[in-house]
Amino acid sequence: MATPVKIETVIAANRFGLGARPGDLKSINEDPKSWLLEQLSGPPRLSHVFSVLDNSADILVELEKARELRRQEKKQNENKSRSPKSYGSTVRHYYMQQTTARYVSATSTDYPFHERLVHFWSNHFAISADKQPIPALAGSFENEAIRPNISGKFSDLLLAAEKHPAMLLYLDNQRSVGPGSKLARKAGKRQPDRKIGLNENLAREILELHTLGVDGGYSQADVTSFARALTGWSVGGGKGRKQAGVPGRFHFRKDIHEPGSVEILGKYYTEKDMAQAEGILTDLAIHPSTARHIASKLARHFVADEPPVSLIDTLTRTFIKSGGDLKSLYTALVQAEEAWQGVFGKYKTPEDFVISTFRAFEYVPQNVRTTFAALEMMGQAPYQPGSPAGWPDTAEQWGGADSLYKRIEWSNGIARKVGKRSDPLELAEFVLGPALGQYSRSSIARAESLDQGLTLLLVSPEFQRR
Amino acid sequence: MPYRRDLLKGLGYGALAASMPGISLASAETDSRLVVMILRGAADGLAMLAPYGEPGYSGLRGQLALAPPGTEGGLLKLDGLFGLHPSFTFLHGLYQENQVLPIHAVATPYRERSHFDAQNLLENGTTQPGGARDGWLNRALAPLNDSSGKETAIAMAQNTPLILRGSEAASSWSPSTLPDADEETLRRIRKLYENDEFFASRLQQALESQDIAGDLSSSSRRRNKLRQSKEMMQATARFLKTPDGPRIAVIESGGWDTHFNQGAATGSLANKFRDLDSNLNDFKQAMGSAWSSTVVAVVTEFGRTVRVNGTRGTDHGTAAVALLLGGAIDGGRIIADWPGLQTSALYEGRDLKPTLDLRSIFKGVLADHLDIDSAFLDQKVFPDSGSIAVMDGLIRKT
Repeated sequence: MATPVKIETVIAANRFGLGARPGDLKSINEDPKSWLLEQLSGPPRLSHVFSVLDNSADILVELEKARELRRQEKKQNENKSRSPKSYGSTVRHYYMQQTTARYVSATSTDYPFHERLVHFWSNHFAISADKQPIPALAGSFENEAIRPNISGKFSDLLLAAEKHPAMLLYLDNQRSVGPGSKLARKAGKRQPDRKIGLNENLAREILELHTLGVDGGYSQADVTSFARALTGWSVGGGKGRKQAGVPGRFHFRKDIHEPGSVEILGKYYTEKDMAQAEGILTDLAIHPSTARHIASKLARHFVADEPPVSLIDTLTRTFIKSGGDLKSLYTALVQAEEAWQGVFGKYKTPEDFVISTFRAFEYVPQNVRTTFAALEMMGQAPYQPGSPAGWPDTAEQWGGADSLYKRIEWSNGIARKVGKRSDPLELAEFVLGPALGQYSRSSIARAESLDQGLTLLLVSPEFQRR
Repeated sequence: MPYRRDLLKGLGYGALAASMPGISLASAETDSRLVVMILRGAADGLAMLAPYGEPGYSGLRGQLALAPPGTEGGLLKLDGLFGLHPSFTFLHGLYQENQVLPIHAVATPYRERSHFDAQNLLENGTTQPGGARDGWLNRALAPLNDSSGKETAIAMAQNTPLILRGSEAASSWSPSTLPDADEETLRRIRKLYENDEFFASRLQQALESQDIAGDLSSSSRRRNKLRQSKEMMQATARFLKTPDGPRIAVIESGGWDTHFNQGAATGSLANKFRDLDSNLNDFKQAMGSAWSSTVVAVVTEFGRTVRVNGTRGTDHGTAAVALLLGGAIDGGRIIADWPGLQTSALYEGRDLKPTLDLRSIFKGVLADHLDIDSAFLDQKVFPDSGSIAVMDGLIRKT
């Protein structure tokens, strides 16, 4: 006789993973912790769905072509119809293609803990698709800057994220000009009244959101100094004499970099050019405030809206001791007793609710248009958190009455569309195992149709939580 | 959508049964309507309401400076010092009818420059980010919510923003193109949630909102952003006009963080102002006669730098503008203890200096429009705010 499914197995699959598929609980029942930890080592989990996507540099070049075409057409024939492949449709094409790849991977992956970590970091370094040209780049940012770097040192992940063209464009750094830079001095002579200079957006969000955290102990002066050091971090491109760097790739523009040393958090950085901000980022990456900030976010994301302080302490210590080694950090999380308390510590986000539903139905969406619209209505449009702070991680932020109602409406429709022929009680056993309560079980059992039973399963408190 | 009403009634929700047309009582004491609209991302107050009469104005604002009233693309004149951004044609007209009251150089007590902390504080009503777990507007509901359990307030969003979260019941609603769940399934889900307060209370609120929204929730595809927000404004009006429906609504609007190429009389910020102007117009039209008892407060978390940054935009600043409008507003004038734009007058040498606490304005509206006791405002709604005066005279005397 098979061993009954352990509660730890359900926690591993649902809290740490993306939801059990039929068969998953049985296959990981023997050693759920090892199942999680094994996902952190071995070959890079790069699914083939990502390898066929265009990279961000090619996308930026394509977008520039589309923009140029639009300019030309505007000039030539103002009244004629627009070209069939407009800028907007090019952006949408990439957006949908990358979003589809994300959900194909999430719904079919055998490494769901790994995928969750990709989503976690992608959200930590959020770039939101409500600003151009981010919709065309958000997925490639995730696949190029985040995905390959989630199990190494945090400093590598940080540098990869801040240097990615999508981040530089999202936080307006490509044109931030040092007031004492070569370009600014030349421009000042030619047009003394035209002001070019700093944009402190990227510097502030790195300190506040990506590293130290808002209470991490930095000042406005630190923000401004950091913005000076970051000048020149830009994206290659441009035309004619202005052409510089490889189009669409990170490019350090020496002519707009502010020369001289800067002081940040009481330390002087005397490095020249690009090395200066790199040096600052490398220090920020292992700062104790950063350690605590990351530890708290990770614990809140996986374990509880109000995670135990002891868990945050453990993770902070691990981060500091290992110099920001992320694999050590995840291992400490999985090994922590606090992470395995209670079965229902978290309310799923809309996205994870949808993904876990698809996994339960063993359904891999090939066209995400309708899923996209549904997520939008539940309040979580893919890659669109609306701000660099990313999606929130607590039930009170997701627990709107309307949002729950949308989950119910969607469940009802999807149960009919893709849940066909499944027996609801059997499926409940497969995906929730011993976590399904008696009350929900009997509600599902008494359903008047299979569709209704599946709907009840999906909207049940046990399936909505993890 | 009558079947939802049957569903609610069948489950013994007497309060909703009482909202059946014909037998409802227009609750007179809460007849006043309040809409709080939050512009997230820090809307540039110096572009909304520009101090064109200030000697340093056009020099400091450079490419972002707006032309004086009476010139091509110029400001819409309010007085010798201030003009509204040229996009605000509806608001300008309404100002002439004394129904717009712009307030300049206002800020919450927050003096740092994080959007997220600033919004948190704007909504929690304390002097600290994270200073309260609930929102000030939720706390203000306590004297308004009656014993029937009906919600007085609604968030026009899928999820309730902090300002309206807390122990007082408040609902949320947003349009849906998802197919309706059938009545029998909903009935069973209600039963399924019986033992789980988190789910039970939310489903109940959602069903009540569905009942009011009716066919609004099944309207067709919404591609165009402006049309989408127009529908949102019309839906808000529908909720506020429903007998026994909510009297307070929260609307959010994003995308105000103009670090790059914000533009002047035209450009990206000008477009956002035009949409805002048109949305407010749509809302007024949809409110009909109820507009006369309505106050709309348009607020943002902080202002933006006085000077242009290096990328033809502005960075995070401090003081901003709050707009009050509505038939109940005693407008047609500007409130500002104007600090000036000389470098010595700026906050930290870069931002417009705040001279008025936003809580003072909120308190004035809550006291005179919703009749909330001032001691309650000082202690509960805005904790320890006794030293922040309730601003008098914002509401028209009837």
